[in-house]
Amino acid sequence: MLRSQFWKKFFEETGEIARFTGRLFSQWFKPPYEITEFLRQCFIIGYKSLPLVMLTTFIMGLVLTMQIRPFLIDYGVESQLPAMVGIAIVREIGPVITALIFAGKIGSSIGAELGSMKVTEQIDAMEVSGTNPFKYLVVTRVLAATFMLPLLVILGDAVALYGTYLGVNMSGVTSFDLFWTKVFRNLSFSDVLPAFVKSFFFGFAVGIVGCYKGYYSKKGTEGVGQSANSAVVLSSVLIFIIDLIAVQVTGVLGLN
Amino acid sequence: MHTTENKERPAQNAEQGKAVMAVRNLYKSFGSHKVLIDFSVSLHSGENVVVLGKSGSGKSVLIKCIIGLLKPDSGAIEVLGESIPDLNDEALDAIRMKIGFLFQSNALYDSMTVRENLEFPLRRHSITLMHEDVDQLVKDALEDVKLAHTIDMMPAELSGGMRKRIALARTLILKPAIILYDEPTTGLDPITSREIIDLIKEVQQKYHAASLIISHDMNCVRMVADRVVMLIDGRNYREGTYAELIQSEDPAIKAFFE
Repeated sequence: MLRSQFWKKFFEETGEIARFTGRLFSQWFKPPYEITEFLRQCFIIGYKSLPLVMLTTFIMGLVLTMQIRPFLIDYGVESQLPAMVGIAIVREIGPVITALIFAGKIGSSIGAELGSMKVTEQIDAMEVSGTNPFKYLVVTRVLAATFMLPLLVILGDAVALYGTYLGVNMSGVTSFDLFWTKVFRNLSFSDVLPAFVKSFFFGFAVGIVGCYKGYYSKKGTEGVGQSANSAVVLSSVLIFIIDLIAVQVTGVLGLN
Repeated sequence: MHTTENKERPAQNAEQGKAVMAVRNLYKSFGSHKVLIDFSVSLHSGENVVVLGKSGSGKSVLIKCIIGLLKPDSGAIEVLGESIPDLNDEALDAIRMKIGFLFQSNALYDSMTVRENLEFPLRRHSITLMHEDVDQLVKDALEDVKLAHTIDMMPAELSGGMRKRIALARTLILKPAIILYDEPTTGLDPITSREIIDLIKEVQQKYHAASLIISHDMNCVRMVADRVVMLIDGRNYREGTYAELIQSEDPAIKAFFE
């Protein structure tokens, strides 16, 4: 009984999100274009996430290097450390970790903001003021999340690699030029492109889930909290599912 | 003591004005829960009509149907000669410019200053105005509610009463012909509540707008209403002046006035 209720709820919610996404695409290209609000959201979603992304990816690069080094020493291939960590960061860890941090910061903030606007009738007030709230609030945020995350991933990768460089030099000496030469010599177009492309999907997932959860928030402060929380949980799960699909697709396309 | 009571206002004076809004035989349900059942009400220019009902009786649903935020199941809603349920988005936007809506929760945009909150309807309703004109309209609206000094403040910095007045200023900025008030005094202390009631009356005198006020605050009803419509069990249970209704022996009506 409980299991059937779970699946019923699961499929209902999946259907609702699909419908919400369909509504988004139907409004995406329709004028009026909320350019000012889109740029404001790019600033909030992209620029304001930069310090957190920089800090966490820097630590990630440093720690990853320190953790991997002993194993490479055991196998006598310590010189491959920059190449190995570089590939791991660019192909997988950089996009996924940045997306998860992004989901935690932006997914929750969109869910809570729209949820609170819903509960306090601000969305209704917007509609009464001659504004299409879906376009003004949802389309701009989803677009901003979709386009800002790939930029954050690129910057995050660069900072993580700088962390790796410092990690490499903690127990040895590798020149700055040599480090970057080793990283880039082992990186190819097929490493960078799929990672870059999938980060657009990660950003879209975080944006759409945050907006959906906030837009249909239940009444009351508890509803707002639940919206923020479930936005983070669902978008984090979606990031892993998209990542799994991306690996399969790149394999089929011969980019692995 | 209550010098501003409207007991003495004859309802028929208001009735003589032109009808600006008419709701006829309105039905609205949510699932199996019937909220409005064959509900009818009219509003004439310059008139203050209060819809009185207990919490959860469908008052807010009624007002949201009138502004087009909810679609009724059946029935007619005519506002300024337009049938609201039949309007497309563009026409609805045009008619909404002539209707002010004061939300129960004020609905001020948290992320905007008071100035931006007031500018929002002006900029969004496709009205071509010079920057100076927008500025002047914002200042005038704030003067009307005696809060000109809050222009650059954020809503979070204001008290509940101030937020209500700012929301009223935003409602007034487009100089609406009809103002819909959703529980304007709910959650306010008696003094602030009285200030808001006085403000509603001042606004009425200044703009000559017709007002539909949703309330269960008897002070507000007594002081503002030209006509009271009792919304009980989703129906227009009784209609009359405050003076007429307070004398009713019907227990359902007496319960409100005791």
